[in-house]
Amino acid sequence: MNAVPQNTSPLLPIAMLAELTYRCPLACPYCSNPLSMSGRSSELPTEIWVDVFRQAAELGILHLHLSGGEPASRRDLEELVSAAGEHGLYSNLITSGVGLTEQRLGELKRRGLDHVQLSIQGVDHATADKFSGYKNSLARKLAVAEWVARLDIPLTLNAVMHRQNLDRLEDTIELAVQLGARRLEVATVQFHGWAEQNRGALMPTREQVRQAGEIVRAARERLRGILVIDYVPADYYARFPKACMGGWGATSMNVAPDGAVLPCHAAHTIPGLVFENVQERSLRDIWEASQSFNAFRGNEWMQEPCRSCERKHVDFGGCRCQAMALAGDARATDPACSLSPLHLDLVAAAERDAASQETELVYRKLTSPA
Amino acid sequence: MTTAITPSARPRLLSGVRTHFDKARDRWVLLAPERALELDAIAMHILAEVDGQTSLENVISALAAKFAAPREQIEQDVRAFFLSLEDRRLMEFV
Repeated sequence: MNAVPQNTSPLLPIAMLAELTYRCPLACPYCSNPLSMSGRSSELPTEIWVDVFRQAAELGILHLHLSGGEPASRRDLEELVSAAGEHGLYSNLITSGVGLTEQRLGELKRRGLDHVQLSIQGVDHATADKFSGYKNSLARKLAVAEWVARLDIPLTLNAVMHRQNLDRLEDTIELAVQLGARRLEVATVQFHGWAEQNRGALMPTREQVRQAGEIVRAARERLRGILVIDYVPADYYARFPKACMGGWGATSMNVAPDGAVLPCHAAHTIPGLVFENVQERSLRDIWEASQSFNAFRGNEWMQEPCRSCERKHVDFGGCRCQAMALAGDARATDPACSLSPLHLDLVAAAERDAASQETELVYRKLTSPA
Repeated sequence: MTTAITPSARPRLLSGVRTHFDKARDRWVLLAPERALELDAIAMHILAEVDGQTSLENVISALAAKFAAPREQIEQDVRAFFLSLEDRRLMEFV
């Protein structure tokens, strides 16, 4: 009756992840950036980002996430924050904290910065340094959190959790409260990109994941009205996959440092997708008509067991990048789903990795120097 | 822990929480960290009375007068709305 996939227009994007740079002083072994990435020479200049923000606001985007790499590595961050504010975008600085001073944060606030999301890699110095690859990182982050509070900018802490820090989840929640954060993202590590290189060192155990769910549930109740906790559980041990990105090309656009526009930050791992560049095509055109954004919209692309599954409107068959990585087919059911024929293999591999004694890490780094 | 809001408490939106006209979708939204809540006409009328100075009871009185509606009905709507904002860390009472 209706051949048009149901997720296409009039649906509009609500968020943009603007990866301003891949440069970063940290070297987190679970970084979501690509394995192959270049430095400053391929980054978009200020005026193109400013125009991208104007187009984003016109297209209906409300939230602009200024990310990287470390966005504070961009000397024009102040100008970019001003541009976001001029176009009415809600600006969120996703930062490691390194490269910020109290004075610079104050200037960003004066220019309209709405929110700061600060990453933490551990609640003790040894863990924080090991997983950031940066010396004395925790002290730096605590100072940044204090400046953010003093400037009355809303603060979110982002904590990527894995086998080597999940046992400190209670302390992580407590730290968020102490620092005056309004939100805490408890993000169980997702195995794409750099994290995939470190499965043996990072994979949580089933018991850790079970306990984490209970801790989050109890903390949400206890801290109602004090701290909002957004929780990304470990989908490998779940019955159903995550509703990745709220559906492909449904809510969000990701702009890489060189101007390539992706439906999600891992979409480059799917062969055959063509990513258009903001220097060559308008953002609206890319959203509505590009091959990559339309590749998995709606459910025409689905195979069994997704095609006849009633949950296809709930989780959209899970994550396309995970299907590619684990099933070798981006159209397959995400193997994190218990209905996938590959699910038992996935669980067995996860349990094998979780039992590993591996502690050595492969750290994130640029392919070419910055 | 969220407790019952006293009548003299003055509601205010937390820093970084603001209303915004979403032109592309022709609607008002409340923007906050990682959240965009659609605001209907009732929510907009309630928020119009929120300035950080006006107490809960005066917000209710103003709305009851404006809409010539029973105070109890207004109070129920306002409390439910404020509580939902407080739970999400979008509003506080001073």
